[in-house]
Amino acid sequence: MTAPRPKAELRSSPHLRQPMSVDMIMRHVVYALLPVCAYSVYQFGISTLALLVVCTVVCVGTEHFFCRFMGRASTINDWSAVITGLLLALTLPPAFPLWMAAVASFFGMSVGKVFFGGLGYNVMNPALVGRAFAQAAFTVPMTTWSPSMAPGRFTEFIPSTLTPPFQIPTPIGEWVARVAPDGFTGATPLALMKFEHIQTDTVQLLTGTVVGSAGETSALLIFVCGLYLIARKMMDWRITAGVLGSAAALSGIFYLVNPEIYPSPLFTLFSGGLMLGAVFMATDMVGSPETRKGVWVYGALIGVLTVIIRLWGGLNEGVMYAILLGNAMSPLISKFTQPRRYGHVKAKKKEAPA
Amino acid sequence: MSEAVANRIPASLRAGTFSHGVHPEENKHYTAGKPIQRLAFPPELNLLLSQHAGKPSVPIVHPGQEVVRGEPIARADGFMSVPLHAPATGTIKRIDLVPTAKGPLKPAIILKVHPGESQEILYGAHRDIDAMSPKEIIQGVQDAGLVGLGGAAFPTHVKLSPPPGHKVDTILINGCECEPYLTTDHRLMLEQPEDLVMGTRILMRAMGAERAIIGTEDNKIDAAEAVRRALPADGSITVKVVPTKYPQGAEKMLAKALVNREIPSGGYPSAVGLGVYNVATTAQIGALLPWQRGVIDRVVTVTGPGIDKPGNYLVPIGTPLRFILERLGYHGSARYLITGGPMMGDTVSSLDVPITKGCGGFLVMRPEDIEEQRLPKTYPCIHCGKCVEACPLHLNPCQLGKLAVKRRYLDMDEFFLFDCFECGCCSYVCPAGIPLVQYFRVSKAMNRELKAAGK
Repeated sequence: MTAPRPKAELRSSPHLRQPMSVDMIMRHVVYALLPVCAYSVYQFGISTLALLVVCTVVCVGTEHFFCRFMGRASTINDWSAVITGLLLALTLPPAFPLWMAAVASFFGMSVGKVFFGGLGYNVMNPALVGRAFAQAAFTVPMTTWSPSMAPGRFTEFIPSTLTPPFQIPTPIGEWVARVAPDGFTGATPLALMKFEHIQTDTVQLLTGTVVGSAGETSALLIFVCGLYLIARKMMDWRITAGVLGSAAALSGIFYLVNPEIYPSPLFTLFSGGLMLGAVFMATDMVGSPETRKGVWVYGALIGVLTVIIRLWGGLNEGVMYAILLGNAMSPLISKFTQPRRYGHVKAKKKEAPA
Repeated sequence: MSEAVANRIPASLRAGTFSHGVHPEENKHYTAGKPIQRLAFPPELNLLLSQHAGKPSVPIVHPGQEVVRGEPIARADGFMSVPLHAPATGTIKRIDLVPTAKGPLKPAIILKVHPGESQEILYGAHRDIDAMSPKEIIQGVQDAGLVGLGGAAFPTHVKLSPPPGHKVDTILINGCECEPYLTTDHRLMLEQPEDLVMGTRILMRAMGAERAIIGTEDNKIDAAEAVRRALPADGSITVKVVPTKYPQGAEKMLAKALVNREIPSGGYPSAVGLGVYNVATTAQIGALLPWQRGVIDRVVTVTGPGIDKPGNYLVPIGTPLRFILERLGYHGSARYLITGGPMMGDTVSSLDVPITKGCGGFLVMRPEDIEEQRLPKTYPCIHCGKCVEACPLHLNPCQLGKLAVKRRYLDMDEFFLFDCFECGCCSYVCPAGIPLVQYFRVSKAMNRELKAAGK
């Protein structure tokens, strides 16, 4: 039975709308992430594929479960949970045990997003909340790297991937020795830089034939995917420019001071998770300021923090914490970067009595 | 603006623009090429006593009285008011309540048009504009019943009387017509450039301004050319073309684009030496004042995908909408009608509403067009900042929207709620489909109420 139509229907202006919606933006972010995902599967094989699937399914499932639990309509069809799942998987090491990935996804989605009220109300990027949780809870697996382009990567899982739930990860030393007989140090370019001052070649960083998280390896590919979103006006290029610009500028200063111990700006830009962070995570609209001046400040803050953590922090990678801090700062940044309104008149001071 | 168009515009005609704003589909092709046509007189006219901002006019006729076309039938009630003139020769039937576009019934003079009457204007006498003092001109403008024909319907003579201490040096004539679909101003500039120039000269004289700039958007190059050919040789009046962008037709945006001045928040254009008038108003001044006549007709664009014969029509004030639409091949309900443009216009409550002085057009949509412009659901705000980048006044609709949802209406003053003129850019771009403009309308009302209660 259909409800009776009202006699009059008064809609309010404007009666036109730009053909862009939240679910459309989110869907296109997923499209832009797919090539990055595909490349990481090509590099690391079915273990990464399983990681992507598990993270995405758990993230979407968590959101759906909580929506239903609260008796509300499910919000999974806005695609934002899919982005969280894919992004989280891309920041994890390829050999990360699947059960741990599932726990991290659940934590990131629930504590990072649903508990705040869902899309639009979360303070921080849920994927990074999940990753921060994993970093704290599963420190060793989070720094256990595996060789890329291993033979047989499309037919067998990395042993640690299939670790039974709540068990210590299966050691992968034996497997590594088998697939990389030439010797595999298991150190990322950032670790090499920090602890041994060995700078990895820029071309290798751009193409991604280095050790690292599943989706952080090819800076070039990530950048191109970001360009797609910028072209569709679904991403704020100012944030990416702010992050990359400030990181390059700050590390450039130190590089000029002492190129022996400090990395070059190019190395800073293309190593670790900076490109993925600058293109896909810092640009998360929910966690960034809405004002135009504000996004520059926010981007610059993230870039500077990243370099500071990398150079002087205990960790060799700082993008995650830099973005989380940036997210936390963004309401404050918005507050202090309100646009100057048209025809602004300063409040008149009361004239002092004569 | 495409490059080909940009190249056609001589550099001397080009002017700047304002920052922010949006580019909705123009959809002017329905009617831009259609010359202004007179429609037949309806059997009855409903002349609302309040079709302008300010106090309603006071009827000076009684039922049964015969009036001739152009004769005053209601007088102005004080300074913030204008008189009404009979748009047709006929008999006053009664003074009664009639439906208005926004909903409530309002008093109107109902005039029965004499069938078979030639409807020639016999009222009025010629006078020499150059012999009139500014004060006489301003009085003449009020006597003509002129209001802003761009939509706001603010009495024009009030705009011609700036506060003491304000010196107006430049008159801006607004021919932007930035609302999609509407083409009345476009056709007026093409077809009545002499009236427009005459009106501009009268306005300059009334304000003591040395120069005037007629501004239009670059999607109306033909109109700019037509007006330019009619300009006086002394160079006091110029035509400028600005890039097409919504809401270029807002006076604040036009002042920025043409002379790079910012009208202060809450102030008048005269505070920065400007007077801004719509082309339709100006053309009416040019046509009416030298003959001591009043506003009795206006051009309306009836357009949109839902009407068989879209066009620009000259109709008497007071013509019921139903009469026009039936003649142009629309037999649906009021549900899909919008008065004015699609960005700031209102939906119509009934087909029996009459044409008023401020109404520049009717947009007839089909159900599918309306549905296409709606999101199936409203998403939460994701802070994308698109509204902040669209707001022509550089406000922060995102923040204002959040405060409105929390019902913190008084705190919205901090973010300049009352600067908002409801142009609709923020709602237009919002990917979450949040009806920001509607929030702000409600917030303004609540804010005023709370302040009144607090006193």
